[in-house]
Amino acid sequence: MIQAQKKGVPQPPSKIKGYLTAILVLLLLWGSSVNTESSLSEFIIGFPNMLDLLTQMIPPNWSYFDKITGAMLETIRMAVIGTTFGAIISIPVALFSASNIVQNSWIFYPARFILNLIRTVPDLLLASIFVAIFGLGALPGILALTVFSIGLIAKLTYESIESIDPGPLEAMISVGANKIQLIVFGIIPQIQAHFISYVLYTFEINVRAAAVLGLVGAGGIGLFYNKTLGFLEYDKASSIIVYTLVVVLIIDYISTKLREKLL
Amino acid sequence: MKKVGKEMIEFKNVSKTYPNGVKGLRNINLKIENGEFVVVVGLSGAGKSTLLRSINRLAEISEGEILIDGKSITHAKGAALRRIRRDIGMIFQSFNLVKRSTVLRNVLSGRVGYHSTLRTVFGLFPKEDENLAFDALERVNILDKAYTRADQLSGGQQQRVSIARALAQEAKIILADEPVASLDPLTTKQVMDDLRRINKELGITTIVNLHHVDLAKEYATRIIGMRAGEVVFDGPVAWATDETFSEIYGRPIHKDELLGAAVL
Repeated sequence: MIQAQKKGVPQPPSKIKGYLTAILVLLLLWGSSVNTESSLSEFIIGFPNMLDLLTQMIPPNWSYFDKITGAMLETIRMAVIGTTFGAIISIPVALFSASNIVQNSWIFYPARFILNLIRTVPDLLLASIFVAIFGLGALPGILALTVFSIGLIAKLTYESIESIDPGPLEAMISVGANKIQLIVFGIIPQIQAHFISYVLYTFEINVRAAAVLGLVGAGGIGLFYNKTLGFLEYDKASSIIVYTLVVVLIIDYISTKLREKLL
Repeated sequence: MKKVGKEMIEFKNVSKTYPNGVKGLRNINLKIENGEFVVVVGLSGAGKSTLLRSINRLAEISEGEILIDGKSITHAKGAALRRIRRDIGMIFQSFNLVKRSTVLRNVLSGRVGYHSTLRTVFGLFPKEDENLAFDALERVNILDKAYTRADQLSGGQQQRVSIARALAQEAKIILADEPVASLDPLTTKQVMDDLRRINKELGITTIVNLHHVDLAKEYATRIIGMRAGEVVFDGPVAWATDETFSEIYGRPIHKDELLGAAVL
């Protein structure tokens, strides 16, 4: 109180902006639910169906694990190969997108535009396109994951290239290094840990994505998920879900631990 | 070995105007001879850094020409420019080491101008280069840290690594842009002593930007004073009196602005 009475204490900024933002967010929420015709009553009416489905899913058909292990391994292999190819292609793409490496905006803007374009296409859509081109199987899935990985890894990498310490680059220029030497000695040591961390993170996402790519015929465990749901074999479907959950959790855990060690 | 008297660096009518119209350098004419230890003094923003950086073209000039050992760096391009830069080592206020690389790799990075891109990309430096790097590290008393990561070192140690990088580069000129501005007084003395020793023993032409007047007096053989982009004083250290510095700085230097005679 004593402070507020002192002369020269500035007025606190008006809170009107915060209130208006809150109102706007609420309006958007309400508008969205009206337009998608989703309501709380519908949810309550549908609730018994959900319980019904759950009772059919429990207990999961544990013996089904044996049959789907092959497909699960294929899912992981797809993620490994897709992430690796994506990571390799990401390196030049990221370098061309970084404005502190290619000063020419005619190069880095188009490169970034392509990256943005890639990221707007959902992975399932990518997979369907590749299935249409190459037919059913793991190959279209791998290609979809590769493209998806480029979008993610190259984006994150070019952003960390742009935030590196410019000092060592200056030092490399002053010793007479050419562009490639500048990249190898000045940039790569500064970003390699980040890059590996992004690759691992993308791998985590890709394992999850690969698990559903089978829905559009792009190989992996998703194929079985589609099949069991089609035959109303909910106990088998739930065993797939549990299996996927366990595998994803383990991979996430290992990957997170590795990333913590890196940075 | 020392060829004192030969011109190493020559500024011919050099001016620099920034895009916003500010004059960074105004019609600079300087000749710096082989083996000199030049200290450039002046207020922040007087153009010291621009002057130094224009020598290896980390900063571009707008008018005039700069000759390095008789060759124009101003008109050099591509490989020829890199070839001239190879002969000019630079030491920065913030050390500019790659912190995640080892000391040895940082020092070896000074050698990249001597080898093919392919060879350096795979880190295949010849044995002589490694010996050169070890010698350089020994010269600045930091050989035992060769395989330590640069970010494990103290500021003074990092600055010595960057001196070693310039030595491994076999530079004929060393430019030091505020090399001690982020160091404590004791480390400052060690780093400045290293620079002087290298200048004396190897005859490397050395140009240092400094804030501290007393450091300039202690180490320089020649002092260049800059004010608002102009050279306002240029002469041997003996000519530089207190009045000279007052003129460079635009007011008398107070006792408490000196680094303290105790350490020197």
